[in-house]
Amino acid sequence: MSFQASRPNLLAAPAVAWLLVFMVLPCLLILSYAFFERGTWGGVVYDFTLENFQRVVDPLYAKIFLNSARIAGLVTLIAILIAYPAAYAINRAPKHRQAMLLFFAVLPFWSNYLIRTYAWIVLLNREGLLNNLLRMAGYDGEPLSLLYSEGAVIVGLVYNYLPFVILAIYSTLSRLNPELMEASRDLGGGPVSTFLRVTLPLTMSGVAAGGVFVFVLSIGNFVTPALLGGGRFQMIGNVVYDQFLTANDWPFGAALGMVLIATMIILLFLQGRATAHASGERAGAPS
Amino acid sequence: MNQEPTAQEPILRIDGLSKSFGPVRAVDNVSLDIQRNEFFALLGPSGCGKTTLLRMLAGFETPGSGRILLDGTDIAPLSPEKRPLNLMFQSYALFPHMTIRKNLSYGLEMERLAKTEINHRVDEIMAVTDLTPFAERKPEQLSGGQKQRVALARSLIKRPKVLLLDEPLGALDKKLRERMQLELKRLQHEVGITFIIVTHDQEEALVMADRMAILKDGRLLQCGAPEEIYEHPADRFVANFIGVMNFISGVVTPNGSFEADGLSVPMPGAAAGPATLAIRPESIAVSMNGGGIAGSLVDAAYHGLDRVLHVKIAACETPLQVRVPAHTSADLGIGSPIHLGIDPDRCRLFPD
Ligand SMILES: Nc1ncnc2c1ncn2[C@@H]1O[C@H](COP(=O)(O)OP(=O)(O)O)[C@@H](O)[C@H]1O
Ligand SMILES: [Mg+2]
Repeated sequence: MSFQASRPNLLAAPAVAWLLVFMVLPCLLILSYAFFERGTWGGVVYDFTLENFQRVVDPLYAKIFLNSARIAGLVTLIAILIAYPAAYAINRAPKHRQAMLLFFAVLPFWSNYLIRTYAWIVLLNREGLLNNLLRMAGYDGEPLSLLYSEGAVIVGLVYNYLPFVILAIYSTLSRLNPELMEASRDLGGGPVSTFLRVTLPLTMSGVAAGGVFVFVLSIGNFVTPALLGGGRFQMIGNVVYDQFLTANDWPFGAALGMVLIATMIILLFLQGRATAHASGERAGAPS
Repeated sequence: MNQEPTAQEPILRIDGLSKSFGPVRAVDNVSLDIQRNEFFALLGPSGCGKTTLLRMLAGFETPGSGRILLDGTDIAPLSPEKRPLNLMFQSYALFPHMTIRKNLSYGLEMERLAKTEINHRVDEIMAVTDLTPFAERKPEQLSGGQKQRVALARSLIKRPKVLLLDEPLGALDKKLRERMQLELKRLQHEVGITFIIVTHDQEEALVMADRMAILKDGRLLQCGAPEEIYEHPADRFVANFIGVMNFISGVVTPNGSFEADGLSVPMPGAAAGPATLAIRPESIAVSMNGGGIAGSLVDAAYHGLDRVLHVKIAACETPLQVRVPAHTSADLGIGSPIHLGIDPDRCRLFPD
């Protein structure tokens, strides 16, 4: 490799070193516990075993895992369905207003995650804003139990990660040459055909990036399920949390974590490939 | 304007069309008639409103005022996809995620034609535009010239009544551009579709167009056949913009003679007062035996067939450009005295 080619690598060295020392190494250490036995009083006994992984596929945990994946999938779908029109509208707004609109879209991000989530408790509980509004509108039945349900968890997760998806989709939309949409119109495509055959395919990389991001963050999330789902609702993140902090079973927690991380890596890999495909980085031109 | 009335109904009538962007009058009260099967060029410097005019025709900008009549019907209420004309974008705007074949069939699929018909017409247009070998490629795998042909084919395949081309050759290098100028003209003849082509290159317009219109700051300055505009430019701007033109400022005397320092050209009938004389380099003769306007040779540029002499004369700050056959001037050295003759019939006079 030439001097010039190696220079960017050198420039990235501090960042890579930081990630290696403070991120990858600790993770690997923790994950390595997955192959050892649990001590009687907690802690790790360094005897090699695959037992932890056998427990992971136990129907009890597999069910929680699949349920978490289902919820994360729903969250992702809803987030995309809300974020796409929002990003589209922002991109259509006059240039000088777009920065302000984006600022508002990400505004919730500037507040603390916990506070944002607690805000939903205030909104959704039986004495909360929503129920009060309903009463004011003339509803006089039992207050609705909106909180501590799967729906509340989904709403909380969508709300929390929506800005990511809006940003990801907006960034691909804003880089799209508007003349491509006009060319489609010019060639006889109506607004719907133009969207489905030109705009959407060309912004799929943003949808995938935002979607994978939300999915990955949702499936491992334990704060929102704990707060908005109440005690009766568990996602895989809560199980991992419990293994490390309550059950003191670090090896099993590590094994669960490994499955989660593997899922994320596979998804990120697929998304990376989809993006490369979309931007035409594929080699090998058929001729 | 020199727009002679024709017996034939124009295919496209642009009637008092205007468009402003804030304070900028991008297109300012332009009226034009485009004839059937005409190769029409819109020529003007960058920013004069050419693209805006085309975009109004295609339906991507709403006119501030004025009408667009296609075959006699006002197309203003039609959205772009419903207009029987097509625009070839300056950026080509090829769909990057589709193969060339898909790019070409897109417009026909939107018309919901039968698969066999679509395939037949795609094959046909690919053959005409030499694109057959690239059918399965993506646009990014093509050269600039090939992309240009795809963009052209993608519009042509729709068989529009009028094809609008926004600087179609702008992104190509000089050699390819010259070849494509003739190619476009041949193709236009073959398919029998009215072309309106936008360019800022006056030479390109002269080579290709049956008729052309010159725009400046959104306004139409002149419209006519290339020869007509070259020979009889309507004003100083057009004279300067089309081809090479020498300008000499002076005054017209009451007895009809243009006078400048050491130079006098009879201009019978011209209004008296300060004026600018415009003359083409090829309309100035060099007289070897003295007589005429005295000057000295500052520079000479060899162009193969002919030579452009730059001659400094007293009447004019910038040296005059004089085009002479190369073989008659080989022995002239820089600085040598030279005498010029101006034919009054080939001069244009613009009052200041
Ligand atoms: N969408 C727009 N918003 C504001 N000004 C514009 C817009 N499009 C064009 N203009 C202005 O209108 C004028 C004509 O532009 P254009 O039609 O692109 O010229 P040309 O194609 O001849 O170079 C320019 O001054 C340009 O800045
Ligand atoms: Mg332009």
